[in-house]
Amino acid sequence: MAVETVERPRAATSTSTPKPRKHALGLGARMKKNWQLYAMLALPLIWLGIFAYWPMYGAIIAFKDYNVIDGILGSRWVGLKHFERFVESYQFWRLIKNTLVLHGYELLVTFPLPILLALGLNLARRRWYRRSVQMITYAPHFISTVVVVGLIVVLVDPNTGVLNQFLGLLGIGPIEVLSNPDWFRHLYVWSAAWQTMGFSAIIYLAALTAVSPEQHEAAIVDGASRLRRVWHVDLPAIRPVAVILLILNIGAIMSVGFEKVLLLQNPLNLQTSEVIDTYVYKLGFVSQIPQFSYAAAIGLFRSLVGLVLLVVANTLARRFAKSSLW
Amino acid sequence: MTTTPAAPERESDDYLPAAVKETRADRIVLICNYTALGLFSLAVLYPLVYVLSAAFSEPRNVQSGEVWLWPVGLSLESFRSIFDYDGIVRGFGNSVVYAIGGALLATALTLLAAYPLSRRDLPGKGLILGLFLFTMMFNGGLIPNYLVVDRTGLLDTRWAMILPTAMAVWNVIITRTYFQTTIPEELAESARVDGCSDIGFFWRVVLPLSKPIIAVNLLFYAVAQWNSWFNALIYLTSEHLFPLQLVLRQILVQSNVDPSQVRDVAELLRMKELQEQLKFSLIVIATIPPLLVYPFVQKHFVKGAMVGSLQG
Repeated sequence: MAVETVERPRAATSTSTPKPRKHALGLGARMKKNWQLYAMLALPLIWLGIFAYWPMYGAIIAFKDYNVIDGILGSRWVGLKHFERFVESYQFWRLIKNTLVLHGYELLVTFPLPILLALGLNLARRRWYRRSVQMITYAPHFISTVVVVGLIVVLVDPNTGVLNQFLGLLGIGPIEVLSNPDWFRHLYVWSAAWQTMGFSAIIYLAALTAVSPEQHEAAIVDGASRLRRVWHVDLPAIRPVAVILLILNIGAIMSVGFEKVLLLQNPLNLQTSEVIDTYVYKLGFVSQIPQFSYAAAIGLFRSLVGLVLLVVANTLARRFAKSSLW
Repeated sequence: MTTTPAAPERESDDYLPAAVKETRADRIVLICNYTALGLFSLAVLYPLVYVLSAAFSEPRNVQSGEVWLWPVGLSLESFRSIFDYDGIVRGFGNSVVYAIGGALLATALTLLAAYPLSRRDLPGKGLILGLFLFTMMFNGGLIPNYLVVDRTGLLDTRWAMILPTAMAVWNVIITRTYFQTTIPEELAESARVDGCSDIGFFWRVVLPLSKPIIAVNLLFYAVAQWNSWFNALIYLTSEHLFPLQLVLRQILVQSNVDPSQVRDVAELLRMKELQEQLKFSLIVIATIPPLLVYPFVQKHFVKGAMVGSLQG
């Protein structure tokens, strides 16, 4: 995925500037010649217009006092009122902190682990072993969020769950995990690691298959140990992919995993489990009087911060790691 | 994934030429690696095995903690109780409809978008591609999305489950890359010279050559649709439309057994007893369909994902 995105701007410029290609026909004639291709694009573009760009336009209700009767256009313009209200609200810093800590922690765990797994798999050359490990570690990727949370619920159940029965054997009393704010983040992050690690390793494994055996053979002749070769041959091979995935992850740091947060959330762990997206959801859909404009403003704030983070991460990566999204 | 032309896998443990002897440190690293991978796989596998065993065990043996690895007192009771709970069966049916319908529609849209964008000679391609890519970086947000679904009259209809998620830009990119790498541009040019239209070429040449990527798309969208629940939560209010995941959420996560869903009172009491048990069998039932497609995914999806990612 990553490398593709890197290529994109180049591809885009090469088509928009006719320099490298000679066109016998003018633009109008070329467009006419390709009319069937545009016709194929019509339905997808209509879809994109309705379900991607219309909501972007609709996001202007963040600057208005939206009400159903007046609609998006007719509602009164109030400027930054909702944004100011959010920044000044007592919720603001708690939401920001919870969001960043949760996803920062997640990144810290789920970014390096697939790399380690891929390096380990690459080192293990016995095919049946490799295959079995891959089969097993991919599987959780296909399990739904609801089921993963359901699994957590049955495993940590204070009376019947395996966790507490095991702790019971050690003489440690049953612990309430789900309702404990201190446990929420660990549950969230480590279940994410359990679920995504195997599948995330695929892309690194793909990059590792591109390493030529000669490089390893040369390193062996030079007397490099196995670990040294992992460090000096394998790791550099996956570095560009890793950098790009890191950029993408930082861009998504404000938004990912909201559905699981919502599922794991309960009134007792709100202290750590209330993040920006769950708050938006509650304002819009749970509270007695839906506050669409205020909720949309918070959502927009979150999207914009995410976009800024993406740009910053990309700039840093281009400067220091010499690979970037654009 | 398991076999790639670039680096044929070897049964031996390394690239070691026969003349070079493996050092002791290397041997230890290797053993540690195999052990770590093994332990890790077991850790991933354990919750799944436990749930499977618990689902097939006698309920009271699960409650008393006798089950920790293998089923104790084989019983299918918890599976039987699934059929007494109307919402589950109906949810299962709804989910099948959403998964199949969603996958067909989404795959069609994805192919229609990806093919023209894979053509180098399409004027304005950069701009159109940009329109697609921008939506990956920025979106209107939860509330505006909801308002659009509301405004288009899709709210509380089956379409609300299928249409808003009908295309994943990510898949468009992967599919486009597939076309670019497998369908030579010259083929399209010569077909044109022979008087074949673009649509005809797409239908008669491109699609038959693209079975793997079509399979990948169908599977991807079907699994995503099967596993989704949040859109159902905000877009649907009629219970008879609920997909399985939403019913699961009520039972698994919120621990609610809705009395109105159970046929009689004796049943309800039995259900209360079986509730814990029901959870295990439900997890098994809900997980089986995605895992059934998993072998195909092994073969196609992983390859497709790799083609998409690395040959951009």
